[in-house]
Amino acid sequence: MAIAEAAPQLAEGASSSSASGVAVSCRNLQVRFFTERRAITALQGLSLEVPVGEFLTLLGPSGCGKSTFLRVVADLIQPNSGEIQVFGAAPEAARLKRDIGFVFQDPALLPWRNALQNVELPLQVAVKHARRGKATPRELLELVGLKGSELAYPHELSGGMRQRVSIARALASDPKILLMDEPFGALDEITRDRLNEELRRVWRELGITVLFVTHSIHEAAYLGQRVLMMAANPGRVRAIVPVTLPADRTLATRESPEFVALTSELRHLLETC
Amino acid sequence: MSVPADTLSRAPQVDDEEARYREARRREKRRRRLLPALGIAGLILLWWALVAIFQVKPFIAPSPWAVLQTLYVKREVLLANLLPTAGEALGGFLLGNGVAIAVATLFVHNRRLQEIFFPVVVMFNSIPVVAKAPILVLLMGNGVEPKIAIAALVCFFPTLVNSVRGLEAVNPQAMELMRVLSASKSEIFFKLRVFSALPYLFSALRIAASMSVIGAVVGEWIGATQGIGAMIIQATYNFDSPLLYAAIVMSAALSGTAFMVIVALERAIIRWQPESATT
Repeated sequence: MAIAEAAPQLAEGASSSSASGVAVSCRNLQVRFFTERRAITALQGLSLEVPVGEFLTLLGPSGCGKSTFLRVVADLIQPNSGEIQVFGAAPEAARLKRDIGFVFQDPALLPWRNALQNVELPLQVAVKHARRGKATPRELLELVGLKGSELAYPHELSGGMRQRVSIARALASDPKILLMDEPFGALDEITRDRLNEELRRVWRELGITVLFVTHSIHEAAYLGQRVLMMAANPGRVRAIVPVTLPADRTLATRESPEFVALTSELRHLLETC
Repeated sequence: MSVPADTLSRAPQVDDEEARYREARRREKRRRRLLPALGIAGLILLWWALVAIFQVKPFIAPSPWAVLQTLYVKREVLLANLLPTAGEALGGFLLGNGVAIAVATLFVHNRRLQEIFFPVVVMFNSIPVVAKAPILVLLMGNGVEPKIAIAALVCFFPTLVNSVRGLEAVNPQAMELMRVLSASKSEIFFKLRVFSALPYLFSALRIAASMSVIGAVVGEWIGATQGIGAMIIQATYNFDSPLLYAAIVMSAALSGTAFMVIVALERAIIRWQPESATT
């Protein structure tokens, strides 16, 4: 619970939190939805601090508010109460500065654009905010392993390749934080494992902050530096589990005793959510 | 691991087996194009047989041969009357669809406006064309204007409904993406909505292409001295059934051509596969 104690100080100065290397900090965040029949508390009393450069995975049952939290960070949903800062400013400012890259579960590629044109989209929209990244769209496609498929249209690509394009697109305007909402949830396991491995490589190469929502215990443990366990009804933090695996992880890491111990701990926590 | 195994292979390797497959596909395609022609030929033959067997009087129903002869002998009159109809249909097509697309754009950006006026449009559409036509003739006189207006009216509704649906049929995550990118309303419109709407729009335009000809012909029924519609009325009153059938063939050819132009345009513009087909 050290996080909750640290929170009051960081809410004070916008500049100080950014200087101390905090990517996302929030305190007592609450989000409610209303439907015809009832009110749903998607997030309740969420307090959290994510240091710059961290790979944080968010794990929990359906309806625990993982996706809602990502959308609050991305300024797609406004919280009902509580405070949130992204790089020391309001989420809106971060969005306008193009600090945020978002990868959805559905790759949501524009079918009338080829892979390269899809990656170029962020550079053609809201041009006054767009900033050209260090890497060109072509280089980003290469980074995600799609060299040679630049001119292919989405319907010519497999599900895994489409999601790679969508990751390259999210990186196109050089974001400081990458928000990923179950990006590999619809993929087969082999493709998923390979993309997990490559995502870690990309993250280590770019050194950006990643918030990664998943349903999969293995994915959460394999990818993250910390795992944020959430519980549903209302959506809240269940536990924050540090991952003590070595930084160099391969698929073989998944067979190590540490990994097995970690996943069984996570599974146990998940069952008691 | 940098290049995945699922990388698209574009190497043009054509072996025997593939060549055979392609040849079979081509044959199948040709056959599929031939079959409708067979259906039409069969229908004409049946018509001919019925007229011959029952010895139908020429002023009640002509034989196909008589129609063909009329088409040739009176080709100049027919063409002279086809042109105004084609012009009215085209004018109506452009006007009706143009206004429909503009209104759809307005509706998508202003929900309140849509809520107020959409039911009115639906109500108006439920009035039959044949009933709307005399009103417009009274309002606009005997010239080309009411014909264009009627053709425009029949195009308007299907295009409006489809355009609204198409402009709103945007992938919700693509919409969220645009918001994360801080895209303006016009960027969302021109980079996202327009393209999502195109397949919907074209299916409406296909209908509108033939509907506009119907509109023009119906307009000509009510007070016109030239045009295919006027010819149909005159031929009916004169019991000149070969001319009547020839006029019908002309109008069918006109709407068929309009339909095919739209299909060709659609093929040229929409080169991607709509999203529903990819997932």
